[in-house]
Amino acid sequence: MKLAISCQGTKLTDAVDTRFGRAANFLLYDTETKEVSVIPNTQNLQAAQGAGIQSGMTVAKSGAEAIITGHCGPKAFRVLQEGNVKIYLTDNTGSVADAIQLWEDGKLQSITSADVDGHWL
Amino acid sequence: MKEILIISGKGGCGKTSLCAGFAKLAKSAVLVDCDVDASDLHLLLKPEIIKKEVFIAGELPSLDEEKCIRCGKCKEYCRLNAITFAEHELPVFHENACEGCKVCTIVCPTKAITMVPRTCGEWMKSQTCAGMMFHARLLPGGENSGKLIAEIRKAAREEAKREKQDLLLSDGPPGIGCPVISSITGVDMAVIITEPTLSGLHDLKRTIQMAREFEVEIRVIINKYDLNSEMADKIQKACEKNGIQVIGKMPFDPIFNSSLREGKTIIDFPDSEPAKILASIWKQIDPSKEKGKRK
Amino acid sequence: MKIAVASGKGGTGKTTVSLALAEVLGTKGLLLDCDVEEPNCHLFFQMPADKTTPVTVKIPSFNQDLCIGCHQCSDFCAFNAIANIGKKLLIFPELCHSCGGCAYLCPTKAIQEIDHKIGVLEYRKKGSVELITGIMDVGNIIAVPIIHQVIAQADSHRTTILDSPPGTACPMVNTIRDADFVILVTEPTPFGLYDLQLAQDTLEAMNIPSGVIINRADDSCADVEAFCKSRNIDVLMKIPFSKKIATGYSNGDSLLTSAPELKPKFTQLLQKLGGL
Repeated sequence: MKLAISCQGTKLTDAVDTRFGRAANFLLYDTETKEVSVIPNTQNLQAAQGAGIQSGMTVAKSGAEAIITGHCGPKAFRVLQEGNVKIYLTDNTGSVADAIQLWEDGKLQSITSADVDGHWL
Repeated sequence: MKEILIISGKGGCGKTSLCAGFAKLAKSAVLVDCDVDASDLHLLLKPEIIKKEVFIAGELPSLDEEKCIRCGKCKEYCRLNAITFAEHELPVFHENACEGCKVCTIVCPTKAITMVPRTCGEWMKSQTCAGMMFHARLLPGGENSGKLIAEIRKAAREEAKREKQDLLLSDGPPGIGCPVISSITGVDMAVIITEPTLSGLHDLKRTIQMAREFEVEIRVIINKYDLNSEMADKIQKACEKNGIQVIGKMPFDPIFNSSLREGKTIIDFPDSEPAKILASIWKQIDPSKEKGKRK
Repeated sequence: MKIAVASGKGGTGKTTVSLALAEVLGTKGLLLDCDVEEPNCHLFFQMPADKTTPVTVKIPSFNQDLCIGCHQCSDFCAFNAIANIGKKLLIFPELCHSCGGCAYLCPTKAIQEIDHKIGVLEYRKKGSVELITGIMDVGNIIAVPIIHQVIAQADSHRTTILDSPPGTACPMVNTIRDADFVILVTEPTPFGLYDLQLAQDTLEAMNIPSGVIINRADDSCADVEAFCKSRNIDVLMKIPFSKKIATGYSNGDSLLTSAPELKPKFTQLLQKLGGL
């Protein structure tokens, strides 16, 4: 399956981006082939509002069945839920590879509602 | 790092005066003036501007006059009356009313209208006697105040992280709409300043209702309470009944005005009654006094 | 005639002045409270509304059966209010600006516009004074559409007083846009003066004539007066600082109830502006 992770950089060794709507990029990791592709999220850096919605659509369109990120606001949550993307949160400040390991070990919880307020940030 | 926002719902309750006092009392703080529409905190904290940035957000229509056939379709479809037209003249686009929806660009039969970036204001990073301050000026009639507030909060957070500051203290805008919502999201505590008047009580209720939509601790300060002690008691009882903590009552005192005229905060007059009371209120919310306290 | 009462700074006395003007006008006037986030005029009427009507805006509603998944609607939306996940479309009403663009673009007419409530209008009449208040539902973020609907209640046969929101951003600008005259209410403090300058800059940019009322006036009005002179605008009136007025206000008494001796000043002002 495909797993998306919000990332500050473009490689598995780069840090997780704890923001979802304004994440720099999403890494798309195929759990079977172990291949990684990068989905840039640059269009959102300038959006005045609705960045979470845009990121939600980006992730849903990518074919990811799950996303690992730091926080998820209510609008983003709604979009991901509609797209049947499971949301896992990590406050791990490590790399994307670390986050994937935690997920594979079953150490990350999937959330059933937004964990933070919506925002423009 | 803790974030505290000072708001009031009703204007004129004393947000900025009390916020400036807290700024002076705080040991290590980064300050944000979120009232980008009519920012006043700088009048008390005397900022020296270090950096200025233009704020560009949203778009405005731009007309290619050669392509325009003066059909009037743009005006017909604009729901904000932001386009006016004298017959056979060119359309006039009113920036103050335009929200950048782009409908005019899609209804124009000759594609004579395109959208261009909109300068909505500017924001500044400044050094003050109470810490680094982030503030902004929205142009008159400005749109996207929410985004401008988000920009300065983001810059302020980065500064606080970089300089390892304990506290982000924000002076909020009045009302309960978009600017306040942009200021309150993600904040740890909202301190609502109210006054002992019927209007103050009414607006306080709506402000609390708005704040409750967010995961934020709510505290109330009744300012100028002795102007109507009966009303002040009424407000206090209403807060307590609804589980809202009133952390203090400030007296009405001419020193607020006289210190303001000198460009000083009341904390600059530490022997005054109001300064002593404010300092004791501050002790209740000062994050440097908390040890590992969670939301 | 439309007279707007605005300020830069909040809490200077807009509502106080608006009510006084409306009381003097009586049946010749209509008071519209456009401070839809925190309206206060109705508190001084001390009565429930005679009538309440909902304020609605249009938001898109999607017929999934007709949708062909072209995504023109979500691509177009300048406010990111529409999300598409495959052929599933989601609308985020709080972000929608009701521009109608998505419905216009949809090639299969899969988008219909439906009404979405964002607030109410409340109607009150006490004696000869009539008041219409716009109140935004808490949790909404955009005040402007409600302000438009309040202003649409203006009566061309009467002098309409528009109690404006504070500040100089879109809510205030949309209130004063079509006013014939704007009264700026200020207080003789540095905050009051600074924000007055911002407000006057806005009015000059919009070419709307204005004048200033100094509320809670004491003997430190010189700075405000000098400012007005420099911008060629009149100080229309000074309302003295008075404990009697402040106490009355805090209890919900209007200015002219606490200080009826001020009535002639307001009559003269309205006559001067051509509203009476």
